[in-house]
Amino acid sequence: MARIVEARRLTPVTKLFRLDAPLIAAAAKAGQFVMLRVREGGERIPLTIADYDRAAGTLTIVVQEVGATTKRVCALEAGDEILDVVGPLGTPVDIAPGGHACAVGGGFGSAALLCLMKELRARGDTTTAIVGARNKDLLILTDELRAICTSVEICTDDGSAGFKGFVTQRLAQLIAGEGPGRPDTVVAIGPMVMLRAIAETTREAKVKTLVSLDPLMVDGTGMCGGCRVIVGGQTLFACVDGPIFDAHEVDFAVGMRRSKQYVRQEKEAVERLACAATPALVEAR
Amino acid sequence: MPVKRAEKTPMPVRDPEVRAHDFKEVNDGYTIFHAAFEAERCLRCQDPVCVEGCPVGIPIPDFIHAVAIGDMAGAARILRGANPLPAICGRVCPQETQCEERCSLGTRLVPVAIGHLERFVADWERTQAPAAPLRPTRPKKIAVIGSGPSGLVCAGELARLGYPVTVYEALHAPGGVLRYGIPEFRLPKAILDWEIGVLKGLGVEIVCNVVIGKTLPLDDLFSRLGYTVVFVGTGAGLPQFLGISGEDLNGVMSANEFLTRVNLMRAYDFPETDTPVNVGKRVAVIGAGNTAMDAARTALRMGAEEAMIVYRRSEKEMSARVEEYGHAIEEGVRFHWLTSPLEVVGSADGWVTGLRCQKMQLGEPDRSGRARPVPIPGEEVTIPLDNVVLAIGTTPNPLLTRTTSGLLTTKEGCLVADEETGRTPKPLVFAGGDAVTGAATVILAAGAGKRAAHAIDEALAARG
Ligand SMILES: Cc1cc2nc3c(=O)[nH]c(=O)nc-3n(C[C@H](O)[C@H](O)[C@H](O)COP(=O)(O)OP(=O)(O)OC[C@H]3O[C@@H](n4cnc5c(N)ncnc54)[C@H](O)[C@@H]3O)c2cc1C
Ligand code: SF4
Ligand code: FES
Repeated sequence: MARIVEARRLTPVTKLFRLDAPLIAAAAKAGQFVMLRVREGGERIPLTIADYDRAAGTLTIVVQEVGATTKRVCALEAGDEILDVVGPLGTPVDIAPGGHACAVGGGFGSAALLCLMKELRARGDTTTAIVGARNKDLLILTDELRAICTSVEICTDDGSAGFKGFVTQRLAQLIAGEGPGRPDTVVAIGPMVMLRAIAETTREAKVKTLVSLDPLMVDGTGMCGGCRVIVGGQTLFACVDGPIFDAHEVDFAVGMRRSKQYVRQEKEAVERLACAATPALVEAR
Repeated sequence: MPVKRAEKTPMPVRDPEVRAHDFKEVNDGYTIFHAAFEAERCLRCQDPVCVEGCPVGIPIPDFIHAVAIGDMAGAARILRGANPLPAICGRVCPQETQCEERCSLGTRLVPVAIGHLERFVADWERTQAPAAPLRPTRPKKIAVIGSGPSGLVCAGELARLGYPVTVYEALHAPGGVLRYGIPEFRLPKAILDWEIGVLKGLGVEIVCNVVIGKTLPLDDLFSRLGYTVVFVGTGAGLPQFLGISGEDLNGVMSANEFLTRVNLMRAYDFPETDTPVNVGKRVAVIGAGNTAMDAARTALRMGAEEAMIVYRRSEKEMSARVEEYGHAIEEGVRFHWLTSPLEVVGSADGWVTGLRCQKMQLGEPDRSGRARPVPIPGEEVTIPLDNVVLAIGTTPNPLLTRTTSGLLTTKEGCLVADEETGRTPKPLVFAGGDAVTGAATVILAAGAGKRAAHAIDEALAARG
């Protein structure tokens, strides 16, 4: 059980939670994730660790409502308990110190950059965060990022804030020397399509690029192999060997295809939850 | 000597046509009449060879005699004194290669149904009032990592000896393979829950959702949390893949994934529960051990029209319990012996459509002493399929050993530990079960947990 100490809506479909989880907060490092379950009979879902506060013993996660379980999570408020939280799982991100690290977050992925940027900044690296959203109302945590990064680059599809265009376009400009300049390492967290686009953006320029994959997972401890991904022609378990991998080695086509194995059932679960609407969500609390 | 009946008293089982479509237990269990009748068959040998076949040395003729004279409480006491998990072992032990293989009656007739009797006594015990709760009497705390049979039994023995014990489990529910692997129709979760309840009554504390090596380094159990000894019973949970082409196709799963979705996550109740599992019309399971039988029979229960076993060796080399093999045949599982997978084939959109296989024949014995399967040149088949489930074995999960200094592993990834005591090269760390032996059996894991508990007690007594 983990008690929610803070619950804050960031956008109509994303919510930030701070959980009382001292053991996980003490061990967490950027790039790792937790598995969480909200009810008896509930599924285990992986969520990136957005931030941690060792002194307060809290862990921050940002949840975007996509499936039945994330909808159930987002119905919870401060004071509620989360049935099961386990972690930190996976291997922390490994970036050579002293360089310019550029982290790219798409959608709720920007939240996941918080602890990474803090860790890199604390050891003296130059850090740039590129965050993107469709419009300025969907941008999240930009103030928090500004407080901890050397520079923050904002992109919106409609130009309502910052650079008008995709994060990949802005990244290409940085690589060409604009703004904060060419990064030594790029780290990207977000939907698989965006990750693939980032990999393509940096491939020719030969910028070391790491992506955080989120394949389907069951246990998150290396016990089922459901999370297997192909990296450099090798089959690896994202929950143990990852979730962060060299973007230029990842087989995104297989990754995207494998993520779609349960779309039919996921849709069914969401529709069912929508029909039951309020009672089911209240039951989740 | 009175003439003994030649046959075992048959186990009452549910109709295969019915049971192949639900998850209720296949065996109904002996009634007291079956049990008394079967107990009468035991010869009460002077030199009971069956006991030598039992990895934990249950005084088999003694408990069977107690059943024969109607002293169930006595029978239960004798059983539990030697085996802390009798209701589970009575259901899942490979008796035919252990106690029952040695039984003297078996040389001319059929051995006594020791497993069925063990199960009967343990089930009787579950109907009785629970024992009075125990409280720890000793100061030194012990941590157990993993709640499979090795960890549970080690914890239970230590609690009986008076130690405060905490079991740390990575998953959200305790039991190890007994929870996520062995299906409900063979080992109902209610029995596992009851056994875990007994342990809690002994004062054992179980903490789920803690991955030692991730949430907490093993050394912190000593330095920060004040445990004096640590027992490692982390099992062999890492699934193997064949490394053939097409294994990444949609619809290919490890047996661990398939069984975990169904057992631990209860996919059979989807969408009441939240975890689904893809089961098409035709499912092939590769391998022929207990895991493979469980996966094939689970596939039928999840709605597959055809479930089949694909195995590169023959029926003789299969490692599954005979009872499960028999039940699988009755339920309609099909068998492709001497058939070795070459490639999983798929559709343009990446879903499994079949399995291309090489037909084999038996050749010279290999190092394991079993006849080596060799390809029959030019004989290939492609079996049309919707799912492929790989049940070709598991190895110990390297998660803990990678993050802990001082532990040694063999090249197969097994922890190095003394067979008798479970002692590892790391001071005050003991280990047992599948983590040490590689994938083995419930009773071997339970036996290792029990021996380690007594070795721990001795080590602590010696330290004063
Ligand atoms: C499908 C299937 C069917 C089987 N059928 C039979 C049968 O019929 N008869 C039989 O005798 N045997 C059978 N076996 C084998 C038997 O189940 C195992 O040999 C036995 O469970 C091993 O026990 P264990 O305690 O060593 O480990 P496990 O049962 O594997 O338990 C290990 C536990 O440790 C936990 N763990 C691992 N790492 C960590 C960590 N770092 N921190 C915290 N927790 C951790 C795991 O989550 C798990 O719960 C079967 C196995 C399978 C998979
Ligand atoms: S524990 Fe297993 S081997 Fe021992 S008597 Fe029981 S069934 Fe036979
Ligand atoms: S999620 Fe099961 S092995 Fe990675």
